[in-house]
Amino acid sequence: MKVVVDEEKCVAAGQCVVAAMDVFDQRDEDGIVVLLNENPPPELAGEVREAAAVCPALAISIED
Amino acid sequence: MTGPARVLVVGASAAGLSTVEALRRKGYAGEVVVLGAEPHAPYDRPPLSKQVLSGAWEPDRAALRTLEALSALDADLVLGDSAVALDPVTRTVRTASGRELRADAVVIATGLRPRTLPGQEGLAGVHVLRTLDDALALRRNLSDGARLVVVGEGVLGAEITATARMLGLDVTMTGPQPAPMALQVGPLVSAALAALHHERGVRLRLGDGVVGLTAEGTRVTGVRLGTGEVLPADVVVVAIGAFPATEWLAGSGLCLENGVVCDTRCRAADGIYAVGDVSRWHHERLGRLVRLENRTNATAQATAVAGVILGADEPYVPVPYFWTDQFDAKLQVHGFLPVDADVDVVEGEVAARRFVARYRSGGVVTGVLGWNMPKQARLRRAEIDDVPALL
Repeated sequence: MKVVVDEEKCVAAGQCVVAAMDVFDQRDEDGIVVLLNENPPPELAGEVREAAAVCPALAISIED
Repeated sequence: MTGPARVLVVGASAAGLSTVEALRRKGYAGEVVVLGAEPHAPYDRPPLSKQVLSGAWEPDRAALRTLEALSALDADLVLGDSAVALDPVTRTVRTASGRELRADAVVIATGLRPRTLPGQEGLAGVHVLRTLDDALALRRNLSDGARLVVVGEGVLGAEITATARMLGLDVTMTGPQPAPMALQVGPLVSAALAALHHERGVRLRLGDGVVGLTAEGTRVTGVRLGTGEVLPADVVVVAIGAFPATEWLAGSGLCLENGVVCDTRCRAADGIYAVGDVSRWHHERLGRLVRLENRTNATAQATAVAGVILGADEPYVPVPYFWTDQFDAKLQVHGFLPVDADVDVVEGEVAARRFVARYRSGGVVTGVLGWNMPKQARLRRAEIDDVPALL
């Protein structure tokens, strides 16, 4: 699984961090998404798909 | 997971599309039909008052999904046709063009319809903003230097005001509240918003209600306040809230009171569910009916309902979240912010325009608001999670 984030689309909601905190974080200064692991292990796949689904700015995409 | 043989989703915006995606994500392999009133492929609404209105984004960029992603959902997308009636017993929806769509589960996701002022219809230069076509029509009218009056000081009105002002228009915001978003964020933060708008050159004519429009022939010329004063305008945007789009359900027997009334599982009747802006469901933890008009709820509620359709028996008990961008201010709101709450600034400073405010009602934390501190606000969300059924 490969995760791609679009910082320009990100609205800093932080919903991705709530869904998958081992894969996503936010910058301290403006809350924009920080990708901690662009190739998360299979056991996190469910959380990561959930994170992509709940992002209100459609800023997370997943390439299998 | 098995579930019903056929699911019909009425509404092809964020809540409707998210329902389909969640069903597929959870392994549902049955038939899915999505009915959308608008002719466009599903698109996202938050950018309409910001990037689409300003012209920073071409409309395509607001698409909710690529055409490939839509086709991968293996759903029958029926666009440009609206639902006109529902028989909840046979779960059959009739459409404007005469289709009869029958399903084992029906999800109502028809959203909102903007409120308008008396005499607004058919008047040139007056706009609402709900759909992509609305946003594009308004954008064509926003020429540099024109006088725009925004009627409405809520979230949408404040965003349109900021976008138009940044485009160089002469903008007046008007509405009955004393400051922008006063009802949504309370006196401290709305006063800071008023200061920001004022500093950026917005005329604030707040505190008096609007009674109507003035016109010359079929073209708007101004906005009339309850005081008799007229605010001259070349263009007017009316952003005074919206009604749940439930007219088509009149006569269905469903309970319609400020939305489709649902139980704790977002179920309106056997096999009938409502999601997104149109859904007014029993929030089990708050112990009352709640209807939320925000983007994150559309997705979260859709996910919950997809689970219920497939047999999960969980109540939907979200901590609400919304954001708004106005000029360089990015506000993030978690939880509920009652207007009479006690508000403390717990990080940063209001004067620095970087802070987190905590809202307490009856001694418990009901919400937090971040102003240009999204991460710090989100980290305090956990403090809200223990709100008892007080609100």
